[in-house]
Amino acid sequence: MDNFAILYENLLKFQWQDIVMILLGCLLIFLAIKKEMEPSLLLPMGLGTILVNIPGSTALIGPIQELYNAGIANELFPLLLFIGIGAMIDFGPLLTNPKLMLFGAAAQFGIFFTLAMASIFFPEAKDAASIAIIGAADGPTSIAVANTLGSNYVGAITVAAYSYMALVPVIQPPVIKALTTKKERMIRMPYEQKSVSKTTRIMFPIIITVVASAIVPDATALIGFLMFGNLIRECGVLDSLSDTAQNVLANLITIFLGISVAFNMVADKFLRVDTLLIMGLGLIAFIVDTAGGVLFAKLINVFSKKKINPMIGAAGISAFPMSGRIVHKMGLAEDPQNHLLMHSIGVNVSGQIASVIAGGIILSMFGG
Amino acid sequence: MLLTKIPMSDAAITALLGYAIVFFGLILLMIVVVLLGKAFIAAEKRHAPVAPVAETPAPAPKTAPGSAGGVKLHNVEPKTAAMLMAIVANKMGKPINELRFISIKEVDE
Repeated sequence: MDNFAILYENLLKFQWQDIVMILLGCLLIFLAIKKEMEPSLLLPMGLGTILVNIPGSTALIGPIQELYNAGIANELFPLLLFIGIGAMIDFGPLLTNPKLMLFGAAAQFGIFFTLAMASIFFPEAKDAASIAIIGAADGPTSIAVANTLGSNYVGAITVAAYSYMALVPVIQPPVIKALTTKKERMIRMPYEQKSVSKTTRIMFPIIITVVASAIVPDATALIGFLMFGNLIRECGVLDSLSDTAQNVLANLITIFLGISVAFNMVADKFLRVDTLLIMGLGLIAFIVDTAGGVLFAKLINVFSKKKINPMIGAAGISAFPMSGRIVHKMGLAEDPQNHLLMHSIGVNVSGQIASVIAGGIILSMFGG
Repeated sequence: MLLTKIPMSDAAITALLGYAIVFFGLILLMIVVVLLGKAFIAAEKRHAPVAPVAETPAPAPKTAPGSAGGVKLHNVEPKTAAMLMAIVANKMGKPINELRFISIKEVDE
């Protein structure tokens, strides 16, 4: 009889919170597989959530905790992932037209607007700042900043950041349409194909690292690893390393990152009203980011003779390359001959740099 | 600046300051990238080998008035080529003598 009790006594330990979290894990897996929303991250996160919410689970205080301490608590995984992201990015369109960098800066408005908003509900500076960084639209930056600041909401912030990145195709178009007229969306921007020398491509990551780190020393690791990946890509003599960084390294780290983020997805940390607030504030951050980019482009048009399609401003959020592609598609929907891809991708990669700098600024303002 | 608790007014000021720094940083990077590009273009022009004086190119063969030049045909009968060019001109709604066909090649499946 005692032996039989072993079979059911653990079942009796289940509380409704555990079941809700397990269902949430299943939902993440469903979204990853059925809706293809950031599947590489949401799927391991989903399974990790299930693993850590089973009462008496040996996964939580064991491999997942070890992975968390080894890779997230010390920021190693987000930084390693940045090597892969850097190797994937072609900065060519940005080097062809460096003025696009301004749009990357403009689209970080959501971070700072959300900082002010979050401070109403989360008076702890570390929490308000960590929630604001969801607006970076950049998962690794969000994890790195929230962790470094020691926020109590790393799990919720990570879920919000990656969920909204996956929802960029749903969030951005209505905001862009609401802020632009059809005439503005039809503005054509001919792309002047300029060749960018190999030396420029090689020098770019080095110079960006030096200048950005000099301005914001707290961003040195983030920008340095991102640009390291890009240097591997552009140097021309490390093709196999570039290939490894883009595929094997990025995939491997994504697996570990996803499953170890689940360390923060336990019921008592996640099932709070605060989580809903964080999700709401994250959405506001994405919307304001998009609006900031579009409105900045419209402002430039007031003073410029050569009109810019204001939609490209929206690509300044870091979600690369989805945001750039969405703007391109919206341009084609209005005018099948209007190809905005090179401009929008240029703005998109500048958003990647800007979000890392913004993350560094947040760290230098609120870090210990 | 190390803050533990942050009232909304302070957060708003900090946010504005942070946004301004992001802009400053990106403007600085933009200037550096522009200068870098110009410097490399100038350096490449300086080091570019002097091109030998090109010989006067041979005059292009004269073509019939109104025609746009010759078309290279690869495994295509002239009759078929003429028909294809007429179809393309018709589909584009342009007179055939305003179009220029470089070559027509039969693609083997």
